[in-house]
Amino acid sequence: MKVLVTVKRVIDYNVKVRVNADQTDVDLKNVKMAVNPFCEIAVEQAVRLKEAGKASEIIVVSMGAKAAQEQLRTALAMGADRAIHIESDETLESLSVAKILAKIVAEEAPGLVLMGKQSIDTDNNQTGQMLAALTGLAQGTFVSGVEVGENEVQVVREIDGGLQTLALKLPAVLTVDLRLNEPRYASLPNIMKAKKKPLDVKTPADYGVEVKANTRLLKVTPPPERQAGIKVASVAELVDKLKNEAKVI
Amino acid sequence: MAILLIAEHDNSVLKPATLHALTAAQEIGGEIDILVVGVGCAAAADHASKVAGVRKVLLADNAVYDHEIAENVAALVVDVAAGYDHLIAPAVSNAKNFMPRVAALLDVGQISDVIKVESADTFQRPIYAGNAIATVQSLDTVKVLTIRATGFDAAPAEGGSAGIEVLGQVLDAGVSRLVSEEMAVSDRPELTSARVIISGGRGMGDKAHFDMLDKVADKLGAAVGATRAAVDAGFVPNDMQIGQTGKIVAPELYIGVGLSGAIQHLAGMKDSKVIVAINKDEDAPIFQVADYGLVADLFEAVPELEKAL
Ligand SMILES: Cc1cc2nc3c(=O)[nH]c(=O)nc-3n(C[C@H](O)[C@H](O)[C@H](O)COP(=O)(O)OP(=O)(O)OC[C@H]3O[C@@H](n4cnc5c(N)ncnc54)[C@H](O)[C@@H]3O)c2cc1C
Ligand SMILES: Nc1ncnc2c1ncn2[C@@H]1O[C@H](COP(=O)(O)O)[C@@H](O)[C@H]1O
Repeated sequence: MKVLVTVKRVIDYNVKVRVNADQTDVDLKNVKMAVNPFCEIAVEQAVRLKEAGKASEIIVVSMGAKAAQEQLRTALAMGADRAIHIESDETLESLSVAKILAKIVAEEAPGLVLMGKQSIDTDNNQTGQMLAALTGLAQGTFVSGVEVGENEVQVVREIDGGLQTLALKLPAVLTVDLRLNEPRYASLPNIMKAKKKPLDVKTPADYGVEVKANTRLLKVTPPPERQAGIKVASVAELVDKLKNEAKVI
Repeated sequence: MAILLIAEHDNSVLKPATLHALTAAQEIGGEIDILVVGVGCAAAADHASKVAGVRKVLLADNAVYDHEIAENVAALVVDVAAGYDHLIAPAVSNAKNFMPRVAALLDVGQISDVIKVESADTFQRPIYAGNAIATVQSLDTVKVLTIRATGFDAAPAEGGSAGIEVLGQVLDAGVSRLVSEEMAVSDRPELTSARVIISGGRGMGDKAHFDMLDKVADKLGAAVGATRAAVDAGFVPNDMQIGQTGKIVAPELYIGVGLSGAIQHLAGMKDSKVIVAINKDEDAPIFQVADYGLVADLFEAVPELEKAL
C-alpha cells in the first residue's frame, strides 16, 4: 500500500519566537526553519512501515511557499520516495489544506495517511481530523503506537486520562504524537540521493480547490510577561514565603 | 444568537472544563444549549440541566457514542447544528478529536484553544507554544471553537432548571472500534483542575523517586505532573505531561522540581499564579518565570519540604 505523509515547514522548535514591531505576525526573518517535529515522526513511521514490508511507496506532501521544498527534500532523504509540493504564497488555513489533501487522497488512493498531530507554529491540531471528515476515512489522532494489519490498523492514542487502543478500517488517517518513534537523521549519501528523487510542483488550482480564508488575523501580541521572582536560600524560607507572602499554602 | 456547548463529562457530572467553556459561551452571549453525548450519561444531562443560564439540554445516550468515537459524535453534532451560530467545546482530548470534523463537515474553519472572547466573532488564542497571542476574527457563518479552560473562570454549577430533550439519532460510521483503554487511576485531583501541582522532570532520575513528590502532594492536596522528558523516560504515564503537547494548567501554586523550563513545558504552566522552582542549576530557564526559586539538590530539598509542611 501507498503511504501519504504530510510535512509542514515551520520555525525550528528551539528558536525563541518574537512578535514583530507592527504586531502583524511573529518575526520570521533569518530564523531557522525546519520540518514540524510531529511531521518528522510521521515520515519516520512511514519509512519503518516500508522497511517492514508493509508500505510500498511513500509520498510526501507539503503546502506553502517555495522554500517548503527544503523540508520535502529532508523527508526524501529520510526515505520517502517522491514528493508533491503545492505551491502557494497565500496563507493556507487548515480547511484549505485538508481540501487539497482530500483531492490528493482521491488521486493517489493511499492505504494510510500519516500527519502530525499539530503544527508547532499555529498549534491548531485540526488538519488531520478535517481530512478524515472530508474523505470519510477512519481517524486515529494523537497516536503513539501503530500496528498495521490486513484490513485494519490498530492505534494507541494518548488521551486525557491515559491510553486508548482503537482498531480502524483501512484506509485511515492518523495524526502522530511525539512518543510514536524517534526520527532518524538523514545520512549524507541519502541527502545526495534525495536531490534526484521526483518532486512535483502543483498549485491549489490544479486540484480545483479555491483557497478561502476562514479567519482574518487582526493582530499578534506578545504574551503577558511574568514579573521576575526571587531566589530563596532554604526550604524553610520557601515555606515561609508560600505561607505568609504568597498565601498559597 | 444561539450557542451549542458540547459537554465534557464523566457520565455522572459535567467536568470542570465544561463549566469554564460555559463562561466563554456567556461572554459570547445568546441562548446556550448543552449537548451531553455518550452512553449511560443521563445523570450528566441532569447535572447540565441544573447549571444556571442554560436554555435546554440535549441528551444523546447510545452505545454508538461510547468513548465519544469521533466519527459518530461529529456526525451527531452536525445533525443538530442547524440554528446555532456557535458550536463550542472545551479543548480536551475528546473535543480536539471530533470538533475539527464538525467544522470540516460544515465547511467552516475551527478556532482552537480560545483564551479570550473579544466579541461574538473575534477571539484570542495562543500560537507558537504561547510565545505569541493571535487575535483572530472568524469570517464563517458558523463559528466552531474549542475553549482553553485556563482562560476562563468556571461558571457556577447550580441555579438552573433547564429541560432535557432526548435525541434519537443513532449515527454510526462503522469505521472504528474500541479495543481497550488503559486509564490512570488516582485519588489525586485532576491536573487541569487542581489548586496545587507539583511536577517532576528528568532530574527526578527514576520512576521510584516520584514517591517523594507524591508525599508532598499528599500534604498539599496537590496533583502530580511531569515534563515530556520524565514521561519519555518512563517515570510516569503520558497523561501526566504538562506543556504544549500535554495538559494546560494554571493552578494557584505550581512547584517544578528537577525540570529545566523548556518553552514547550512553559507553554503548559506559565499562567500559574505562583511558580516555585527547585533545581540544582542556578541558570536553569525555569528560574526566569519562578516567583520563588530554590537552587538545591532535589534529593535533599524535596524530603525537607515534605517535613516542613
Ligand atoms: C514539538 C515538541 C513538543 C514538546 N512538548 C512538550 C510538552 O508538552 N511538555 C514538556 O514538558 N516538554 C515538551 N517538549 C520537550 C521539551 O523541549 C524539553 O525537552 C523537556 O521539557 C525537558 O524536560 P525536563 O525539564 O524534565 O528535562 P531537562 O531539560 O533535561 O532538565 C532537567 C533539569 O533537572 C535538573 N536537575 C537534575 N538533577 C537534579 C537534582 N538532583 N536536583 C535538582 N535539579 C536537578 C537539571 O539542572 C535540569 O535543569 C516538547 C518538545 C518538542 C520538540
Ligand atoms: N501547509 C501544510 N503542508 C503540509 N502539511 C500540513 C500543512 N498544514 C498542516 N499540515 C499537516 O497537518 C498537521 C496538523 O496541523 P495543524 O492542524 O495546523 O496543527 C501538521 O502536522 C501537518 O502534518
